Amino acid sequence: MSHATLTPKPSSLRGATLPKWFPWAVAAGAVVLGLGISTAAGLQSDIQWALIASLLFVLGSYGISAKVEGRRQARDRTATSLVWVAFLMALIPLASLIWETVKRGVKVLDGYFLTHSMGVVADTEPGGGIYHAIIGTLEQVGLATLISVPIGVLTAIYLVEYGRGRLAQAVTFFVDVMTGIPSIVAGLFVLSVWILLLDMGPSGFAGSMALSILMIPVVVRSTEEMLKLVPNELREASLALGVPKWRTILKVVLPTSIGGITTGVMLAIARITGETAPVLLLVWVTNFINTNPFSDPQASLPMYIYLQFANSGGSGAAYDRAWAAALTLIAFIMILNLVARGIARWKAPKTGR
Amino acid sequence: MDTTTQQTTAPPAPAPTTPESKRAARGATRPGDRIFLGLSRGSGIFVLVLMAAIAAFLTYRASIAISKDEANFFTSFEWNPSGLPPEFGIAVLAFGTVVSSVIAMVIAVPVSVGIALFITHYAPRRLGGLIGYVIDLLAAVPSIVYGLWGALFLVPHLQGLYGWLDDYLGWTGIFEWNDGAPRSLFTVGILLAIMILPIITNVSREVFRQVPRMHEEAALALGATRWEVIRMSVLPFGRSGVISASMLGLGRALGETMAVAMVLSSSFDINLSLLDTGGGTFAQNIASKFNEATEMGRDALIASGLVLFVITLLVNGAARLIIARRKEYSGANA
Repeated sequence: MSHATLTPKPSSLRGATLPKWFPWAVAAGAVVLGLGISTAAGLQSDIQWALIASLLFVLGSYGISAKVEGRRQARDRTATSLVWVAFLMALIPLASLIWETVKRGVKVLDGYFLTHSMGVVADTEPGGGIYHAIIGTLEQVGLATLISVPIGVLTAIYLVEYGRGRLAQAVTFFVDVMTGIPSIVAGLFVLSVWILLLDMGPSGFAGSMALSILMIPVVVRSTEEMLKLVPNELREASLALGVPKWRTILKVVLPTSIGGITTGVMLAIARITGETAPVLLLVWVTNFINTNPFSDPQASLPMYIYLQFANSGGSGAAYDRAWAAALTLIAFIMILNLVARGIARWKAPKTGR
Repeated sequence: MDTTTQQTTAPPAPAPTTPESKRAARGATRPGDRIFLGLSRGSGIFVLVLMAAIAAFLTYRASIAISKDEANFFTSFEWNPSGLPPEFGIAVLAFGTVVSSVIAMVIAVPVSVGIALFITHYAPRRLGGLIGYVIDLLAAVPSIVYGLWGALFLVPHLQGLYGWLDDYLGWTGIFEWNDGAPRSLFTVGILLAIMILPIITNVSREVFRQVPRMHEEAALALGATRWEVIRMSVLPFGRSGVISASMLGLGRALGETMAVAMVLSSSFDINLSLLDTGGGTFAQNIASKFNEATEMGRDALIASGLVLFVITLLVNGAARLIIARRKEYSGANA
């Protein structure tokens, strides 16, 4: 029994620490002070007192902690509060984006809105719907998927199953580069070939070509990752039985990774569905139903939003339609995303048993 | 009988050279294999041809436009490609693109790193997973929706911030505000920052998650605080990852079209005060000028698009190089 255990004085190995409730107490104090200062100074905005309060919080906790716990602990507390601030700061606009879209979108979003076009409705009047835009989006995205999935999957197969040497390296590099092409540049390319050189008019198909330029690299990347996950033993077993390589790929490798490939394709579809810039250049937009994607302008959800926004003349009805279409678009993309992730979880490649 | 003796007694002779076994030995000569290899290699080559075609056609149309341009393409402040004589230049667009992207990066990179650290090192595990998931989904929100939100919600709500910046920082000249609608390059920068936040956060989070547990534990064992662990082991390990994530975000910001076109009140001049309307970006200019463009006008827009293409290629190429280099040394460290 040494007397060190009897006297509860802090050991020299462990510095003084502030209690757990310390940050909360400082936060409460900062909020009260911030509110007090801003009412005293007659500041109007909510953001201003919040800024004053957070500044007080950071300074206060640093000061007190530096005094009691030392500089290093104080710096740690400052870093913690800055990370929290970054998180909250980012949360506000992102949450507001979703909230505003849902709040303003549900106003006119109903069965009528989904099943009628804008054919006889002036841009500034209430009424009308997005039927023509849904048809256009589905056709354009569908065509783009039809073009890019075979090319993308085959390219990935080449890279994983056959690719050696220079050509494969070049393809890998340029697929990476393609991922970064701005959508408007893809649109300009198709414009310069299809419309300026071949003298074709605007059509859904022209848009699909530009969209597939954006989609191919995404499909290649995700398919490549999935094919790499297929265990080599499966390939070797199949080859050892004398199955030709192409049948091995079609009957063993692809079925094993089909879940992941589907996920990748759906994520790619989700990415191109919202693309507006190439559609603006190549498909234009119309208020009427055009079911033929191979001739004449066609509507699409993103262009519909843009049209309602740009031609509204500030009318509330047009803005309501724009928000409702935005909500539809987000809902469609979110559902695609969730389903894709669901598939990825259920059908993950079985790596050994 | 005959065959069995042959099998048991035959020495390991070179494989018999019947035509059939020869084909089997060389794998890829079966017709099915040849067709399939051809198809998949063809797709790979198609990707290369496509990239070459994009570069070639844009350059071709751009050269038509630039050869007719009476003003200097790089320094002129004019955009009048269908005038007589046609005069247009990208100086204003280059300025606007660079300024708005720089503002976006200055805001987005620290905040994204903060969120990524929050998810990986500060938040409770389940909350972190949930937030990561939500940020993933936000990365999929299309730019047109960001544009709609920016124009109808963000712009009116920035009035107060603009007034405040003008009051206290107006003397710098950069933050002078002449009471116009806040549809300036500064607003565009803020909106772009919000748009690229999810992307940078996602990539940074992945990198921070790969920090070897041993590095962190070693720092902790030496008595480091959480911040010191992050500063000494997490950030150095993740630096190149964060840089390449930022480059990817920058590439996105440079090429963003619709959101900028919906928010910016553009004009063809360079305004040194960021809060005043005016200016433009490459992508926004293409979208806004396209409708009334003549054939010459379209070629001029394609020329500006080519410049944007080259810039994004450089940025993305740099990002990929950094990622590739990192792969090597992290492999050696593992």
